[in-house]
Amino acid sequence: MNKISLTINGKKIEAVPGQTVLEVARENGIDIPTLCYYPGTKLVGACRVCVVEIEGQRCLAASCAMPVSPGMVVRTDTPRVVEAQKMVVELLWASGDHNCLVCEANGNCELQDLVYRFKIEKPRFPIEPPGYPVERSNTMIQRDLNKCILCGRCIRVCNEIQVNEVLDFSERGSRMKVGPAFDADYIDSNCVFCGACVDACPTGAIVNRQSRFEGRPWELKKVRTTCGYCGVGCQMDLNLHEGRIVKVTGSRDHGTPNYGSLCVKGRFGMDFIHHPSRLKKPLIREGGELREASWDEAYSYIADRMSAIKAKHGPDSLAGLSSARCTNEENYLFQKFIRAAVGTNNVDHCARL
Amino acid sequence: MTVAGLAASFGSGAMTNSLDEIEFADVILAIGTNTTENHPIAGSKVKRAVRQLGAKLIVIDPRDIALTRYAELWLRPKPGTNVAVINGIMNGIVSEGLHNREYIEKRTEGFAALEEVLKKYTPEHVERISGVPADDIRKAARLYASGKKSSILYCMGVTQHSTGTDGVKSVANLSMLCGFVGIESGGVNPLRGQSNVQGACDMGALPATFPSYQQVANDEMRARFEKAWGVSLSGKPGLTVVEIMNAAHEGRIKGVYVMGENLMLSDPDLHHVEESLKKLELLVVQDLFLSDTAKLAHVVLPAANFAEKDGTFTNTERRVQRVRKAVEPPGEAKPDWLIVSELSARMGYGMKYGSPREIMDEIARVTPSYAGINYRRIERRGLQWPCLNAEHPGTKFLHRDRFTRGLGLFAAIEYKPSAELPDGDYPFYLTTGRVLYHYHTGTMTRLSRGPMERYPESLVEINPEDAWNLKLEDGEFVMVTSRRGSVKAKAWVTNRSPKGTVFMNFHFPEAAANLLTNPALDPIGKIPEYKVCAVKVEKAAADILERTEAPAKVQAAK
Repeated sequence: MNKISLTINGKKIEAVPGQTVLEVARENGIDIPTLCYYPGTKLVGACRVCVVEIEGQRCLAASCAMPVSPGMVVRTDTPRVVEAQKMVVELLWASGDHNCLVCEANGNCELQDLVYRFKIEKPRFPIEPPGYPVERSNTMIQRDLNKCILCGRCIRVCNEIQVNEVLDFSERGSRMKVGPAFDADYIDSNCVFCGACVDACPTGAIVNRQSRFEGRPWELKKVRTTCGYCGVGCQMDLNLHEGRIVKVTGSRDHGTPNYGSLCVKGRFGMDFIHHPSRLKKPLIREGGELREASWDEAYSYIADRMSAIKAKHGPDSLAGLSSARCTNEENYLFQKFIRAAVGTNNVDHCARL
Repeated sequence: MTVAGLAASFGSGAMTNSLDEIEFADVILAIGTNTTENHPIAGSKVKRAVRQLGAKLIVIDPRDIALTRYAELWLRPKPGTNVAVINGIMNGIVSEGLHNREYIEKRTEGFAALEEVLKKYTPEHVERISGVPADDIRKAARLYASGKKSSILYCMGVTQHSTGTDGVKSVANLSMLCGFVGIESGGVNPLRGQSNVQGACDMGALPATFPSYQQVANDEMRARFEKAWGVSLSGKPGLTVVEIMNAAHEGRIKGVYVMGENLMLSDPDLHHVEESLKKLELLVVQDLFLSDTAKLAHVVLPAANFAEKDGTFTNTERRVQRVRKAVEPPGEAKPDWLIVSELSARMGYGMKYGSPREIMDEIARVTPSYAGINYRRIERRGLQWPCLNAEHPGTKFLHRDRFTRGLGLFAAIEYKPSAELPDGDYPFYLTTGRVLYHYHTGTMTRLSRGPMERYPESLVEINPEDAWNLKLEDGEFVMVTSRRGSVKAKAWVTNRSPKGTVFMNFHFPEAAANLLTNPALDPIGKIPEYKVCAVKVEKAAADILERTEAPAKVQAAK
């Protein structure tokens, strides 16, 4: 493919036709702030925080939606650009209830990061949040539209990536807001609680309600793993706080097969892990009842009985059922145990069920 | 199941292509898969293909699942008539000359016999069997054959029949007929229902095969494992799950060791399962919870779950991916691999492993398709088998230039009715499956706040016309009865169910659908016929304390 050349901040750069100014700048280590930009979804150029100056153009251009052209001369660092970006951030701050003291996104908020980056002490405009009630109608996702900056990322992931087609803008102008049809709460809509909007939200407008007050972003440790539910094998991050899983998040960096997407089971179906009804000790039946036992006792019991049955009726009178929810290593060992230690091929699992 | 059918046709029992490729198919035929509920992330890929890349979707399903909203063409056959419908589509393709003659000639065998059988399955004949209009069958034939890359997705709606293996071979026939096996974004793609069902099969947790589908009855293959494991091994293929239960019932099986399965909700005809388990001299159950199966055990062993141990899962597209330990197991619970190896030592067969990583290294030594897989290579991104050596990049799609078995094998398959069909006494079809918010026997999702908030109890999906005839309102209780048992649950009056068919899930023990299902087995795959049995449906009185609110919050799926 023919490369084209352009200049960004005085640096000669090669680019592929069709790339945007933002993509090319980031590839070359030039940072441009963004809010509404979300890779893999339509370019909307809505928030204007990524504006740049292009030589020969009267207006500043949204770099996220501006395709490169040959000989283009771009500046991302002029006072005019920085002033415009600062203005956008101040307006967004002033139009919402961005109180980091009580915000779950504190420390993980793109608006907060920009306020800090542009060294804004306070906005020059009066702070006038719209005064929406906070949606706490379900246990999974909490929405506070007073913290919404109308970037539309939640709408685009819902429609373009998950294709659940639940969220959209409603109303116009200063009353514009995001939500399911007919202004319904999530729980009363056809939302399937995949939680993609939670991961996509740059502020604290849409948060995981179950992990509220369960650890600050900088206290959480993430462990990447493979989801234990269906066979798609989604890559997910278990978020730990003090040795407990407090939430599950997707990460686009983990790539295939799910590119950060999860479903309701992967995201909100992990309560069983720390459930109080988990078995904690081996149990042995005695006089019709199950009683607690030591591992040593349990192993002896099983080994003695199995050996006795094998001696009396032959190995084919024993069978083992493995599990499609256990790991490869465990399935391998289990069938090896049944075949090599017990001596029968009576081993199967629930693939058929 | 899938393993048996696809292995016969192609020589390899797994999804031929990759999940990412679905998005770039130009025609997708989804049969017997409620993808958006059972494999939501794969479902999103199908929906993106349609909405954003203009793919044409054909859905074949008796139920009005969410995917039908995205479909160019929706065929709604009577439950249990898949084989007839696919034969009808193939008849349409062949009679209009849309099949790929060059591919059939060069890459396959057995076509003549198939062609002979297909003659009788004219779209009109198939309409009489399945209720699908003949014109729709022709349209499906033209649309499927018109694609450059047509992909078939299927799931338990094809396999869980007494003719399940026939169903799998039929979709394999259809794909080969148009030359779509062995190309990117084409193929025959079974979506596996559990995190490691592919891996459990690959690892030889099957009665007739060692790891990598090496036959126990084959002397040479068995000798290989005898050498690797240092013992002599039985060459007699073992019994499958349902056969084990039957043998236990007859007293031929005396002891069963169950690792992480809840037979008391997942198996067909639960009364029979319970009787069988109670006859055992030794039942050992290793699980996270005191499941209904564990309650019958002589010994219960507390196991760790996927977040409490290291290991690997193999996903539906043959990709081996890491499972990582995040938290400690509760109390004295231990990872299954450790329990099995410690128990084995007590049985006099030592298996010493320091970590799952070492077990994987042994797997790679005895499993040719996993030979190139180790933890270091899959740290950041999983590898798809076959991965034959340390340099092999893994395999995105199978059968590129030749089938695993050499030539693709067409199977000439006749339609056979389901083992039990509605009649005067039991006039409804019952079909079963999962719902979005729950998983299998529900032991994990029923303990989770979110899924339980959205779907707190079992619902029987019934068509509004049937509900009208039964004078039944949404949210009232129904008694569903088959020849094997009765179950009471709340009705969800919905057009998702076709007239004459009710749908139940099997997630809730208080309304266990598998008390009703028919244990008739597919003769080859030994899969029970979960998707079709005959029931009667009656309005039932609500017990005192049981409220009869409409299940308003469960509209989600459609």
